Amino acid sequence: MSELEPQALTPAPAPLAGAGVHAPGKKRRHYSLLNRRDKVLLAVMVGIPLFIFVVLIWAMTLVSVVLSFTDWQGNGPIHFVGLDEYTYLFTKYPDFWPALSHNLLWLVFFVCIATPMGILLAVLLDRQIRGSRIYQTIFFMPVVLSLAVVGFIWELQYSPIAGNGFIDSALVATGLINARSAPDWLGDPSINIWAVLVAASWRHIGYIMVLYLAGLKSVDPSLREAAAMDGASERQTFIHVVFPVMAPINVVIVVVTVIESLRAFDIVYIINHGKNGLQLLSTLITNNSISEASLIGRGSAIAVVLLTISLVPIVLYLTRVMRSEDQ
Amino acid sequence: MTSTAMVGERTTHDRARRRLRRAGLHLFLIALALLFAWPMLDAVYMSLRPYGEIVINPNGPFSLPGTLNLNNYTAVWNSQNLPGFYWNTAVITIPAVLLTLWISSMLAFAIAKYSWRFNLVVLMIFTAGNLLPPQVIIVPLYRLYLLLPVPPPLSGNGLMYDQFIGLILIHTTFQTGFCTFVLSNYMKTLSKELVEAAQIDGAGVFTIYSRVILPLCRPAMAAMATLLFTWIYNDFFWAMMLFGTGNKRPITAALNNLSGTYFTDPTQIAAISVMAGVPTILLYMFLQRYFIRGLTLGSTKG
Repeated sequence: MSELEPQALTPAPAPLAGAGVHAPGKKRRHYSLLNRRDKVLLAVMVGIPLFIFVVLIWAMTLVSVVLSFTDWQGNGPIHFVGLDEYTYLFTKYPDFWPALSHNLLWLVFFVCIATPMGILLAVLLDRQIRGSRIYQTIFFMPVVLSLAVVGFIWELQYSPIAGNGFIDSALVATGLINARSAPDWLGDPSINIWAVLVAASWRHIGYIMVLYLAGLKSVDPSLREAAAMDGASERQTFIHVVFPVMAPINVVIVVVTVIESLRAFDIVYIINHGKNGLQLLSTLITNNSISEASLIGRGSAIAVVLLTISLVPIVLYLTRVMRSEDQ
Repeated sequence: MTSTAMVGERTTHDRARRRLRRAGLHLFLIALALLFAWPMLDAVYMSLRPYGEIVINPNGPFSLPGTLNLNNYTAVWNSQNLPGFYWNTAVITIPAVLLTLWISSMLAFAIAKYSWRFNLVVLMIFTAGNLLPPQVIIVPLYRLYLLLPVPPPLSGNGLMYDQFIGLILIHTTFQTGFCTFVLSNYMKTLSKELVEAAQIDGAGVFTIYSRVILPLCRPAMAAMATLLFTWIYNDFFWAMMLFGTGNKRPITAALNNLSGTYFTDPTQIAAISVMAGVPTILLYMFLQRYFIRGLTLGSTKG
């Protein structure tokens, strides 16, 4: 200890001989300075949370996979039935393909419309314009609301005339449509998923805007100045200079967008528990295995489908973290 | 002389064009902001109107008010156990936020400030787990909660299911993933010399964590606390699935109990939605920069 003290406290370059002696030990200094009690403490700090996390999250994921090969109904012995539940899902279960296609539609809608909208707002608001903060506050506000509240707020808009919904009442009152042909935004299975997507985007756009603004703020301003000096227009600067240096944040945006569209649950659950045009993989899982029936095997098989899709963005994200960790 | 005149002309022309574009931009942003604010403003407006007035009006909710009052709020407050629901939310959210901050700050400290063999692997286990859709694990978790015995002071029915402790546990576990990731990134930006100097002074691991690192992490911890509070407050899924008893649910999930009873009266639905939304909106209004900082820390490194 006493030997290390002067070495560490002297910022001035040490004599060559001293540097030669201490340099190799420098990397391991953390270890050498940890006594037994410290090591035990560190192990506990990491070990206990890690154990709980692995049991509650990853072990449960594995159990989901195992249960998907059974036809267990919650009590009695567990029989393994191979891929029976999957075959049933893919060939006979009427809600499976609608649910999967709604999840994909959700994803495409977010990727093509909501996320670009958020990015556009971020780019517009990143410039020095008056009231930028006020705009940001308004666009972000839906993000702090619970999705359950979002569902209720939009029900007030979308309800049919009989339920005093605002949109239909306004359309009829202004004479744009007559009361009999007023659409039932949430009840009509051919349009309700679109109505829900608008409500979900309302919340998603502000989220993406804030994430992207954070990224834009971290771009070195001299890059932009240089581009402007070279005569690049604002649009050219964004496409050719800013967007490429934002690669790490773009990955985050993609991951957030995909994960959010796979997690979608609350709004449709509030509206009709995910039925009649609003089926999603997430609601099929809970409806089959928890809230309405106890078909553990079937719910787990749907969960495995959802897991498989989710692994794509998760792996993408992890490789990014790995890469930046290496640098 | 002529050239400067031309340049001057061009700049005034340019300036006029730029001003026009600015005006167009503001017009677009104002329209969009109104569109964004509308569903919230309308919910507040609805909540202040008597139901009878809307029903009688041929234009329904698309009409100017005759009277505005707080009757819907008092009606909902008196007929529903709202203080109870808020209390449930507090009993779940506050311990979950504190536990998450405590556990993930220790984890982040061990990961960021000491290098050991499975450093990165552990960080990955947490971050990847946090990205999983919760519906992937809900079926086995639900069964586990029905099986796990929990002694009486912590659980009223001897189980994890239908108990506050069960919800606190899953929130803490799930959020620890994200929070550890953010805090460890933040701690990596703190200077190494601080830890080394403390070590040389003979400080143990716990002292370094609590006296050196934690005080420096205050800004990041405040940002995380704001985000965690909002997310856990807003949870609907875990509370719906892991609570069988309606009156134990937090306010957001309790909304679902009420939707059946009040479906015919949108003004009371509006009042309840406003009441459920106000706490996080207020938090956001007062602590906006913490929200933004928290999200920024989560998406950019350092």
